[in-house]
Amino acid sequence: MKKLIQKLTETFSPSGYETAICEVIRNEIKPLAGEVRVDALGNLIAHKGSKSKSGLKIMLAGHMDEIGLMATHIDENGFIRFTGLGGIRPAALTGGRVRFMDGTPGVINSDRLTDLTKTPTLEQCFIDVGASSRKDCPVKVGDVCAFERPFLDLGNRMIAKSMDDRIGCAVMIETLRNLKTSPHELFFVFTTQEEVGLRGATTSAFGVDPDLGLSVDVTGTGDTPKGSKMEVALGKGPAVKVKDGGMLADPRIVNWMIRTAEKAKIPYQREVLEGGTTDARAIQVARAGVPAGCLSVPTRYVHSPSEMVDTRDVQNSVKLLVALLSAPVDL
Amino acid sequence: MTDITPFLKDLLTAPGLSGYEDPAAEIISAKWKPLVHEISRGRLGSLHGLRRGTGTSPRPSVMVATHMDAIGLMVTGIVDGFVRLTQVGGVDPRVLPGTLVMVYATGAGGRRAIPGVVVQPPVHLLPPEIGQNPVPLEYLFVDTGLPPRKVAELIHVGDVISYAQPPVELSGETIAGHTLDNRASVAALTVCLEELLSRPHVWDVWAVATTQEEIGMIGAIGSTFELCPTIAIAVDVTFAKGPGASDWQTSSLGKGPTLCMGPNIHPAMHKAMKDLADRLEIPYGLEYAPRHTGTDGYATQVTAEGIPTLVLGIPLRYMHTPVEVVAIKDIQRAGRLMAEFIAGLTPDFVEKITWDD
Amino acid sequence: MPTIGNAQLKLLEKLCNACAVSGDEGEVRKIVLEELKGHAEDVRVDALGNVLVTRAGSGKKRLKVMLSAHMDEVGFMLVTDDGEGLFRFETVGGIDIRQLPGKAVLIGKDHLPGVIGARPIHLTTIEERKQKIPLDALRIDIGPGGGKVKPGDRATFATRFQRNGPVLIAKAFDNRLGVVTLLELVKNAPANIDLLAAFTVQEEIGMRGAKVAAYTFNPDLAIVVDATPANDLPGWDDEENDSFNTKLGLGPAIYIADGNTLSDPRLVRHLSETAQAEGIPVQFRQPGGGGTDAGAIHKARSGVPSVSVSVPHRYSHTAASIARLDDWKNTLTLLHAALRRLTPELLASERG
Repeated sequence: MKKLIQKLTETFSPSGYETAICEVIRNEIKPLAGEVRVDALGNLIAHKGSKSKSGLKIMLAGHMDEIGLMATHIDENGFIRFTGLGGIRPAALTGGRVRFMDGTPGVINSDRLTDLTKTPTLEQCFIDVGASSRKDCPVKVGDVCAFERPFLDLGNRMIAKSMDDRIGCAVMIETLRNLKTSPHELFFVFTTQEEVGLRGATTSAFGVDPDLGLSVDVTGTGDTPKGSKMEVALGKGPAVKVKDGGMLADPRIVNWMIRTAEKAKIPYQREVLEGGTTDARAIQVARAGVPAGCLSVPTRYVHSPSEMVDTRDVQNSVKLLVALLSAPVDL
Repeated sequence: MTDITPFLKDLLTAPGLSGYEDPAAEIISAKWKPLVHEISRGRLGSLHGLRRGTGTSPRPSVMVATHMDAIGLMVTGIVDGFVRLTQVGGVDPRVLPGTLVMVYATGAGGRRAIPGVVVQPPVHLLPPEIGQNPVPLEYLFVDTGLPPRKVAELIHVGDVISYAQPPVELSGETIAGHTLDNRASVAALTVCLEELLSRPHVWDVWAVATTQEEIGMIGAIGSTFELCPTIAIAVDVTFAKGPGASDWQTSSLGKGPTLCMGPNIHPAMHKAMKDLADRLEIPYGLEYAPRHTGTDGYATQVTAEGIPTLVLGIPLRYMHTPVEVVAIKDIQRAGRLMAEFIAGLTPDFVEKITWDD
Repeated sequence: MPTIGNAQLKLLEKLCNACAVSGDEGEVRKIVLEELKGHAEDVRVDALGNVLVTRAGSGKKRLKVMLSAHMDEVGFMLVTDDGEGLFRFETVGGIDIRQLPGKAVLIGKDHLPGVIGARPIHLTTIEERKQKIPLDALRIDIGPGGGKVKPGDRATFATRFQRNGPVLIAKAFDNRLGVVTLLELVKNAPANIDLLAAFTVQEEIGMRGAKVAAYTFNPDLAIVVDATPANDLPGWDDEENDSFNTKLGLGPAIYIADGNTLSDPRLVRHLSETAQAEGIPVQFRQPGGGGTDAGAIHKARSGVPSVSVSVPHRYSHTAASIARLDDWKNTLTLLHAALRRLTPELLASERG
């Protein structure tokens, strides 16, 4: 699975421009699913199975897009000003490296600040691709790039950019691979444009029209020095989301997930996340409403170029998702 | 008109946080059973009560939406037996210190309600920059008084916590309590249903107690799509004049419900309701919403192909505190006005809702 | 072929001088319905007040193309009557309150005149003049004699349309330029597509009209016609202005990405290629910030490939905006050509 995670996280696909990651994921799942199609907003939708008497139509959602930057202006010396796609932490920019969709690499730095203790704003930063003028700059206004960091395997921990949410995609792919039987009709949806407002999930949920929705995404942890006051920690198992900044998980789904984990003796944690939300929020309000929840992979340093997950948490996430989908849902 | 106060007080003593509305839904369902022909729950838990009209099928329908969820708190962690908190819905942390609450624990031994108090730690246990300023929610705790080992056993991260202030009748036929936002409107809708028992109506009536309004009108979005009504009326509490509230957004307590106007409301529906209130000499106030109304009506208006929407307000003091105050008369007037409006809906009313400019 | 002549200029003048604040679009709706008479059979007004027009094309395999232009402008709602002709008011849509003192306004259906005054400078202190005047200290004054004006009434800036050669000055270029352009496109609808035109309401307060219009139309793709700021002024420090958004005189602005929508790249390419093929000047709006009806439309149902095209104009959402006649002409020419050149093959490939 680590090779898969490496491949996924080292692909460049910021929100709105997911073609590359879509291809990678499509090649992984084509032999595993039934019909696979791409919808109007680029969502990759894999259909598996049919609904038995005790089954439901279940939509799983993991987002393919990652945060990135878009060029807004090329100045006369070839430096590139940019805007963010998704939640960009200014503190993570200076000194970082990026890769544009055509492969052009660049480095981020900022205007000279009078107060060196302050973090530059997005408007004070620029990307340098080594051009010497606007004319010989290979980047145009509107071109997009994502952060560049190689995947690192530390054994029990893995580090990469875009663990949010390629780790969720990996969990979904491995679940698809390991799922033997299911009473449910399943839609594995690899969504687009989550980071800019859950846009892909909004439209794919309308199209799929599920009975139940589950997003697979990252959540934060409270286990770093002077960190947020959150109970979730790396290595304590996948997290069952109770609440986040955008939604309340359906209590029936929370209970179903906890019961299943306990029965299968899979470690788990209860999650309340103060800021941030997932595709589940969009699925919940599709059409006449969809009971929705989320299986979260605990992740440190979310939206930095080096996000960290625990290998066992990832494996247990797959185990839990397989267990959930293998049996009838008792809401 | 029957006395709505006992039902209201009953409802006000039940919890029902956004997402966890079952206890409230049970009480409302029991009350509505004899008043409607069918009762069911929507996909996201909203209560749907149908009163069939007398018109020939297919009949147009009016949906009245009143949210039954309450704001409250949720457990985010436990430290030495003290419970860390986050909010569910809009909670001003300044009203919390010293507030009695109930923790709906789901830990060992099954579900149980554990009383507690929201406590503000002494100044030397808080970051120095807070000083004498209000303490943010992340530093407040709920203390149940139980030993730490017991707390860790009984209470889980994610358990919900509601205010425990019991309802109190104040002078001038007013009532104080938590969650009058929006149980006062549920009571008004109940009054309306009771009135309709003796008034024939052509249109179908969907009485809907929606869920999760406080965190984004979630229940209303789903219920409106499912029921696909011809027109929608959202009833919610609005700001009554009182201490700290005297601005243009406020209305008088006890002088009747408010009829809202603005982009969120179809002007023809507003006019129809207003003309009716004038004719029946039911007192009302006018409310102005230049942008949005912050009610379920914001969701109903833009569902599917769009639904002509009306918003009725019940004036309420101290919104989102444990001691909200409403006038019982305003609840009754709102209920009666809605019943008269519904009873007066002719089969061709929808053709009259135009944009005649 | 659509052109811009005196008739179109007169129509733009009428539209800009009309008062139609979000939620109260009646005056513009009336003009739109009047203009459409004889040009389209299928015209209706929906539950929110959107005007929905269908002009079916001819021939096989036609794309259902939704075009949208919002009828509303930013403005004010009166909220209290303080007596003696003075009214408290709130803003409707995004208005910088520093733009308000010293302006003339028009109130209600009868365009009753009023003014937003300010304290005389003689009675102010230096410290006070460093602070902006808060909204709750401002009043709309209709004169001590009073008038048929009440809380709930809407008001707009009172600026009258004027043309000086290539320059146009008016209020509400956002989005009367879009409305007048869409009217011309409906009147000259090409036969290769089914044209679904939505003159929408309440864009300025959350794209409310577009949301339901898109659900109703359920189109194959959408192009939104709007007006976007040109912030092409000199910078305070003589540095190059790198956040001008668009520039006057460079033609219609194609959106790659704004605050609410990441345009479908296939449509961006189509517009760009059309401009090149037909020799029409175009610019790309700087990505980021702002939004159009596309924000709601592209998320309708199972998703709608969408893009926006705007006429650049300076001083958006203020009493007096400035635009160039040529930019408007080129916007209309570009859109008509782009529609003519649309084929279903455009959407045969996946988004990307």
